[in-house]
Amino acid sequence: MAELSPARLRTNSGPGRLLIAVYLLFAIAASSRAALQIATRFDEAPLAYLLSALAAIVYIVAAVGLARAGHAGRRVALACCALELVGVVGVGAVSLARPDLFPDETVWSGFGSGYGYIPLVLPILGLAWLRHTRRRTTAAPS
Amino acid sequence: MTTAATTTGSPADGALAVAAIVLSLLVAGWALVAALRHRPPDRMQLIGLAVLELLLLGLVLVTAVALAGGERPGEPGAFFGYLVTLVCLPPLAAVLARMEPTRWGSAIVCAVCLVTPVVVVRLQQTWQVLGG
Repeated sequence: MAELSPARLRTNSGPGRLLIAVYLLFAIAASSRAALQIATRFDEAPLAYLLSALAAIVYIVAAVGLARAGHAGRRVALACCALELVGVVGVGAVSLARPDLFPDETVWSGFGSGYGYIPLVLPILGLAWLRHTRRRTTAAPS
Repeated sequence: MTTAATTTGSPADGALAVAAIVLSLLVAGWALVAALRHRPPDRMQLIGLAVLELLLLGLVLVTAVALAGGERPGEPGAFFGYLVTLVCLPPLAAVLARMEPTRWGSAIVCAVCLVTPVVVVRLQQTWQVLGG
């Protein structure tokens, strides 16, 4: 990131903007899927659909947190990325071990296999990006 | 996927959808090269996104004609969800690319143009009633 001075390297520019874009895409995908599932056939798999809704909210809040880029935004993004990682690994493991609990797919089922495993990679990239920008911003007086 | 989508009557299948998928992948490839060469989004990418948007709006038009003709998608909720999402993707890429005039802007265009063909294919799948 030679084009950015340390003080200007924020979570919402450069690679961070790409990350926000991907988070936005997943926010759209997860929230429209959850809305449709809950509106049309909630009784079939309430747990899976509530998880879809939770995932959608986490993606939206993570995108906002990264885009806001302040101290609070960074903390919000950190919490969301951590929750996402726990969610995708936890739900992925449970969906393989106890498929009967998830009669329908969620974004996080099978470690996000229905979405090219991006849901698994995304929180890791998010955490790496937060760590990377923290190192640069603490080097400069804030 | 496009060769398998030969069901007659589906408006999301024709040459328009194929053209949108091919163009989207071309723009994605072009933007990827630009990102790898540390280039911000160039005119070609924005023109590509504009033409892609026109193709997608054409798809909406063809769908509207089919709906007026009495045809109905297999999964209406999902179909219209995908359709609305689809026409929002190129403008989203263009706006974000303009906000980020670095190589990462090109990377955003590449990412969105990789997602677009997936959404087109999902659109085609939700028109047909999938046997369950």
